[in-house]
Amino acid sequence: MHGYFAVRSALRARLGAIALVAPLMCFVLFFFFWPLATMMQAAVTDGTVRGVLPETAAALSDWDGESGPTAAMQAALIADLRAPAQQMDFGDAVRRLNSEISGFRSLMSRTATAVRGAPEGSTLTLVGIDQRWGDPKYWQAIRRAMPLYTDRNLLAAVDLTRDARGHIAQAEGGASANRQILTRTFVISAAVTLLCAAIGLPYAMIIAASGGWVRTLLLIAVLLPLWTSLLVRTAAWFILLQNEGIINDTLIALGLTDAPVQLIFNRTGVVIAMTHVLLPFMVLPIYSGLLAIPNNLLPAAASLGATRLQAFRHVLLPLAFPSLMSGCLLVFMVALGYYITPALVGGAEEQMISSVIAFFATGTANWGMAGALGFILLAVTTLLYFVYGRLSRSPTMMIN
Amino acid sequence: MPSQASQALRATQIVFGSAVVFFLLAPVVAILPLAFNSSIFLNYPIESFSSRWFVELSENETWRRSIVNSLIIGAGATILSTVLGTLAALGLRSAWLPFSSTIRTVFLMPMVIPAVVLGVGLQMLYVRTGLSSTYLGVIIAHAVLCVPFVVVSVSGSLNGMDPWIERAAASLGAPPARVFRFVTLPTIMPGLVTGMVFAFATSLDEVVLTLFVAGPNQRTLARQMFSSIRENISPAVAAAAFVMIVGTLSLAALVGYIRWRRSKAVSPKPQA
Repeated sequence: MHGYFAVRSALRARLGAIALVAPLMCFVLFFFFWPLATMMQAAVTDGTVRGVLPETAAALSDWDGESGPTAAMQAALIADLRAPAQQMDFGDAVRRLNSEISGFRSLMSRTATAVRGAPEGSTLTLVGIDQRWGDPKYWQAIRRAMPLYTDRNLLAAVDLTRDARGHIAQAEGGASANRQILTRTFVISAAVTLLCAAIGLPYAMIIAASGGWVRTLLLIAVLLPLWTSLLVRTAAWFILLQNEGIINDTLIALGLTDAPVQLIFNRTGVVIAMTHVLLPFMVLPIYSGLLAIPNNLLPAAASLGATRLQAFRHVLLPLAFPSLMSGCLLVFMVALGYYITPALVGGAEEQMISSVIAFFATGTANWGMAGALGFILLAVTTLLYFVYGRLSRSPTMMIN
Repeated sequence: MPSQASQALRATQIVFGSAVVFFLLAPVVAILPLAFNSSIFLNYPIESFSSRWFVELSENETWRRSIVNSLIIGAGATILSTVLGTLAALGLRSAWLPFSSTIRTVFLMPMVIPAVVLGVGLQMLYVRTGLSSTYLGVIIAHAVLCVPFVVVSVSGSLNGMDPWIERAAASLGAPPARVFRFVTLPTIMPGLVTGMVFAFATSLDEVVLTLFVAGPNQRTLARQMFSSIRENISPAVAAAAFVMIVGTLSLAALVGYIRWRRSKAVSPKPQA
């Protein structure tokens, strides 16, 4: 009997815990994972042509892919064009086909007009409307656009494409600049990370070595910006860095320069502002890492005859290294996805991957490309997060 | 007698430390006086002090609306994330919960996923579900970002709590709801308030998700500042920044005060 009650109360405790976690779990599944899945799905699906030309899709599956179009294919395409399609969907499908072979747009609209204009029951041949339909190349293009799942967007996100035979190839020069933007995102993030490390490590060491009100002041200087709105800090840098801003006024007053130095809308401004915003994420992990180091190690090293530099190099640095690495990872990870600071302080040459994603999503409604670039950013960030999670035992460092 | 080398080191430390403190604080401090500048340019020198930009903030329809929206959305997101996050933190505490560390990691994920990625996904989802350009949609989007802060800070409070107090209350006959109301809740209150403050501050500062999911009617203060800096920068931005800084700092002070009172109440009194 006693065992029975123990099992029952354990079961009840387990169900109780699950019931408490369940609401948030559902919330996160619905409004966090589902949106991410939707975005990834948009990256790999391409249903526009299939949706507008369903019968052609069926007919194409029996085609050998080399010879001229069969009668069934032609009849299917005519039937599809006759069926009333949403104007917007039709436009999307034509745009998609035109991206395979330029000139497809005019071919399709000409054919659609002819088909829809022909009286009911009259016999039409596509080749009669336009000779190009006799060329297998156009049918191959339709077939390439048919699969529901495609790697087209993902390839395009890194400036690759598939050639007529389906092999992966470099996209034509100037077709897209995604690889350049990805490189730029990594370069800016790396520069910010290095700068944060160069400032953050010595600063954290000074905090750890100080005491009393000095330590409090130094810590407040890190925490106060963290508490201040990101937008406020970016606005502040916007004001300081502008050509008529305080920094330039000071430089001119000191006689260091005659004309204002361009600090805003370029790489310098973005790196300065992002370093300011992300520096606390570097200082805090290193600082708490340093606190865990027993403070008698350096005197011990000194008593054994080590110089300060040797003690730093061989005792402190190896011990502080893991927290330095987790600070670097954290800063790099957050920097990769930055949007607001480059958008406000940077020029066209500083726009990072997030800006491009936002452009595709809100500017041109190209969900496939937005999804594909988002997919890349998400994958890299998640990977870094797991590495970070292994390096640092408290991934919640930033709020305590 | 300190050696010359260590004196030089000390001087370097002081110079470097002060420079970093200046770098960290100066921008935030520099923007504050500009809110009181009478000039129409958002720049120094300050010609004369005036409160015209605060008047602009409260009288201009766009700015006033955005402040009201920020308060509505911030309150909504705070309530939603606090309820969900506190329940989850209580569940996560239990030793009986399977996969609890994985679940915790999942709950913290929104903190690290780039906002633009989540924004694109939410926009696509909202178009399908009819949540785009609604207050509820923006509140939900913000709450996703706020939840990790609540989970972390409530969990922190719960970890510091002696579970025997609750067991004692239960053994004395208190039903679970009563135990929660009179034992658990008062104990975790500081963590709860900290979480709420973080949640509200997160919502107040949110721009990216708002860009994707909000319509013109849900424009928040942060969103309005963003477009104002981008399009036609005016000193109203500095006034808005002033309001935000004062707002978040008073919230931070509230948290500090609660923690301080707490530490005073908890720390053992010296023996008389």
